[in-house]
Amino acid sequence: MIELRGVTKRHSDEVCIGPVDLTIPAGGITALVGPNGAGKSTVLTMVGRLQDADEGRIEVAGRDVTRTPSREIAKTLSILRQENHFITRLTVRQLVAFGRYPHTRGRLTLEDERYVSEAIDFLNLGPYETRYLDQLSGGQRQRAYVAMVLAQDTEYVLLDEPLNNLDMQHSVQMMRQLRRAADELGRTVVIVMHDINFAAHYADHIVAMGDGRVVETGSPAHIMRPDVLERIFKTPVDVVDGPQGPLAVYY
Amino acid sequence: MTDLRPRAAAARTPLAEPGPGDRVCWVPPAVLRPQRTRWQRTWPLLVGLAITVGLVVLSLNVGAFDLGAEGGAEMFWITRVPRTVALVLAGAALALCGLIMQLMTQNRFVEPSTTGTTEWAGLGLLTTMVLVPGAGIVVRMVGAVLFAFVGTTVFFLFLRRVRLSSSLIVPIVGIMLGAVVGAASTLLALQTDMLQQLGAWFAGSFTSVVRGRYELLFLVLAVTVAVFLIADRFTVAGLGKDIATNVGLDYQAVVFTGVAMVSVATGVITVVIGALPFLGLVVPNLVSMVRGDDLRTNLPWVVMAGVWTVIVCDVLGRTLIAPFEIPISLILALVGAAVFLTLLLRQARHG
Repeated sequence: MIELRGVTKRHSDEVCIGPVDLTIPAGGITALVGPNGAGKSTVLTMVGRLQDADEGRIEVAGRDVTRTPSREIAKTLSILRQENHFITRLTVRQLVAFGRYPHTRGRLTLEDERYVSEAIDFLNLGPYETRYLDQLSGGQRQRAYVAMVLAQDTEYVLLDEPLNNLDMQHSVQMMRQLRRAADELGRTVVIVMHDINFAAHYADHIVAMGDGRVVETGSPAHIMRPDVLERIFKTPVDVVDGPQGPLAVYY
Repeated sequence: MTDLRPRAAAARTPLAEPGPGDRVCWVPPAVLRPQRTRWQRTWPLLVGLAITVGLVVLSLNVGAFDLGAEGGAEMFWITRVPRTVALVLAGAALALCGLIMQLMTQNRFVEPSTTGTTEWAGLGLLTTMVLVPGAGIVVRMVGAVLFAFVGTTVFFLFLRRVRLSSSLIVPIVGIMLGAVVGAASTLLALQTDMLQQLGAWFAGSFTSVVRGRYELLFLVLAVTVAVFLIADRFTVAGLGKDIATNVGLDYQAVVFTGVAMVSVATGVITVVIGALPFLGLVVPNLVSMVRGDDLRTNLPWVVMAGVWTVIVCDVLGRTLIAPFEIPISLILALVGAAVFLTLLLRQARHG
């Protein structure tokens, strides 16, 4: 369970996130949705202790993320941001192996190699594992990063817009693999995403944010109603019955 | 959101729990991927080591003094051995410094002389000489190291504040910063009548390395060993602040340690030898061009290639116009500038 109590973050006098009170249950997929600038990514990165909150408390699995040593947190929670640039040329396998760093601090044991191999296989990256990241397509590279955080073997996996820059086919693949990570590996996956229809289809819980605050939380069925969506996204939205559940139409 | 019970958490299965049929030594097929054998990894290193030893022997035997003559053995221990030891230590340490700085800034064009670190060390050296006339070599070294540390920290703070659009702007900013600091040094030297010392420092050279005047360099040996011990942390820091923090690394602490190590190495080498430009830039880049970027296996190669470069340049300096000497900094600057330009052109071509 992830708990935020009175969490605020001031970027400037005008832009302020919070206070946010939020409980994200353990298990399943939780989607953070909302318009641009709503504070979704800020909240996610504060939970992942990549940014400090100005006020308030954040607990993951009962541990305060700012007080617990970072390397302990790294065994319970992993976080992946959307942009990852580095000059080091790494192969897929070398990158994924870095996910084992919290457990090994460097030298990989045979068991670590198994975690790495299974994370690679889980995301169907087996054929590419010796390729360098810069030789991969955007979708493959994104999967390699996700494999890294899965190899980290944490109960909580936080992903900041993992569908960014992915086309339709790769977005669907990515969401299916994350669904499997939640169902088969029992991970708690928290995703910041833009597409409300993707969120409604794949997530168990939706947290909607707007202007730095939580506007609405609930099951997809609860969120996928015209009045609720309109309040969240501040634009007229119709909801129609699709073949696989409700669809938001807003064009 | 009322259901707070851990629904799937109870059923959470780690990725690789050994199953009932697994023996401890069982290796899943996925692990059995083509790996190079120990011998295949070792023999190139042995060749590299042989080249290093060969160059060391060469350096020991090149010089104006005929070692066969009377007093040859004594001269050998007074100048040749210290000079060669200094070459090995400085080459190894500066090449590693370049590598560390490149990882921490995520920029291939960064090294002590393109971030102002060298110029700060020079200013520190000069300031110490002005403030404490007749200061011993240890005091001067402390001054140089402190200034190098402050200057490098300023550069890193600047990089953190400003998001630079192009990787080329980073060394440009560093070189400009270095030029400003260098100008301050020149002004200070002019006013205190120390231009000559400044000139001697800028022309970094191993000529003056003799017994009793170079032992401080063993400090950089300590830095080199320390880099090897915590190389993994620098590798992880090289993946950026977010990924490093995600896997539980204290990023700030690693950067602080790295800056401190680079400052000590640069400061000491500045005081004992002088400026050795571009070494930290050329060596790690050439190694990664040839071998790719596996840092753990690259480290010994970076060290050896650093040693080779410095010895070859110094031996050239000693022989080209023998019995006179060309300062090594001159040769390094020529070689370095050529490699730097090649890198720029490659980068431009590959985007």
